[in-house]
Amino acid sequence: MMIKAVNAQKLGFAALFACIIIALLVLGSLIYFIFSNGISSFSWTFFTDIPRKSMTAGGVGPAIIGTIYLVLGSIIVSVPLGVITAIYLCEYSPKNVIVNIIRLSVNNLAGVPSVVFGLFGLAVFVKLFNFHVSILSGSLTLGILILPGIISASYEAIIAVPQSLREASYALGATQIQTIGRIVLPSALPGILTGIILGVGRAAGETAPILFTAATFYARSYPSSIMSDTMALPYHIYVLMTEGTKPEIQKMIAYGCALILLILVLAVSAIAIYLRQRQRRTYG
Amino acid sequence: MDNNFKETVRVKADNINFFYGSKKALNGINMNIYANKVTALIGPSGCGKSTFLRLINRMNDLVSSSRVEGQLLLDNKNIFDKDIDVVELRRRVGMVFQKPNPFPKSIYENMAYGLEIKGIKDKKYVDEKVFESLKKAALWDEIKDRLNDSALRLSGGQQQRLCIARCLVVEPEVILFDEPCASLDPISTRKIEELIIELKQFYTIVIVTHNMQQAARVSDYTAFMYLGDLIEFGQTEKLFTVPKDKRTEEYLTGKFG
Repeated sequence: MMIKAVNAQKLGFAALFACIIIALLVLGSLIYFIFSNGISSFSWTFFTDIPRKSMTAGGVGPAIIGTIYLVLGSIIVSVPLGVITAIYLCEYSPKNVIVNIIRLSVNNLAGVPSVVFGLFGLAVFVKLFNFHVSILSGSLTLGILILPGIISASYEAIIAVPQSLREASYALGATQIQTIGRIVLPSALPGILTGIILGVGRAAGETAPILFTAATFYARSYPSSIMSDTMALPYHIYVLMTEGTKPEIQKMIAYGCALILLILVLAVSAIAIYLRQRQRRTYG
Repeated sequence: MDNNFKETVRVKADNINFFYGSKKALNGINMNIYANKVTALIGPSGCGKSTFLRLINRMNDLVSSSRVEGQLLLDNKNIFDKDIDVVELRRRVGMVFQKPNPFPKSIYENMAYGLEIKGIKDKKYVDEKVFESLKKAALWDEIKDRLNDSALRLSGGQQQRLCIARCLVVEPEVILFDEPCASLDPISTRKIEELIIELKQFYTIVIVTHNMQQAARVSDYTAFMYLGDLIEFGQTEKLFTVPKDKRTEEYLTGKFG
């Protein structure tokens, strides 16, 4: 049977539209599911209190704070390192085989399973450097986990800055470092920020890398320094769902934790989107 | 070549050879560029005119595996000498590019950039220079009320005049124009051409153009280049009316190009 071109086009549009709807439905139902299950756990003590009665009562305060510390730590580790690496690769390195090998390695690093990073962190930071199971070890491990993503995003953002802007800057008597600092990086900032947001999301949600490097099953108090071990939201969810004596109650707390995690990540995204928009208003 | 030796030579090319890797792009160029005159470089694509232009502020330094031989004298000092500070050279030799390339910043920030990177913080001085240069570039009346708007919101022609004004701020002696009207409409092109003629009283100007009428309109001297050779150089009027070389004549009459 012949299908007329116009009908084929209509069919094509319908298929594309259906794909969007399916993607939105999946996302929407996930948010709805987490929200409707998690919201019942929310109360002031849930955010501030420590877990009580074998994690069936009290709050998850230490896990929230622990996750925030770990995310901040991993960003402090990975952003300077990643952005500077990307600057080197784009602006300074000769375009040769070695640089291609470095880029290839970075991309491959992004594909390494997170539990492997966890074991690496255990061997190097916890044991070799003797940082013990701590926020420091966990931050370093998460930092190198998200490093390839930060490098790639920054690299793409920097390489996309038009050469004509660099030339304009040089032609006015700017040095290379001035050109990078005042022209290239501000133009690349939106792309770099996007990379950082994705990194934050990943660092906040990963369980495997902190399993052996930072996370503790149960803490009676908030972490006191970067050398303390800590509770963290994703690991706490895992514990609630696999251990303990009252699965029904624990399940609801786990949904509460998942909702907090979701809100944290969305909040970071919102801040980054706001910054990007402001940047575009100024420069666009 | 011509008998007019009264002019002051500002830039002198002395047997310049230039290579991109192993490909030779310029063959022994000898040429004088006179102070307070407009010198046009014309010729078909790939003839080396842009390459030559970009040697004068050493923009070709940015091209890896390029190599230059010979001397280019700016006020009798070879700009390829080891002791030449390329940053300082580029302040003395400004450049306007083929496509307008304002920074994604405000008009004012674009203008102040050249002074800012020099480390000048005196706001009054910067303001003065910025306003003065905008007036020189005949842009002041159009944009004086929106100095804080993004430069990207200007029209193409205004952007190009902003780029010219931006390069005036650092007080260059020579200004290089690399096909400055290639992406502009006829009205904007006319404004830029008028501006170039206006500016030559203060600066020495070199302009690369594909447009022979433009070369005839704005320049005092014209150099015709072909396949990396300088075929003919002389006063524009003479070169356009009585070209000495057959290739120049053929190019000017549109037999190739």
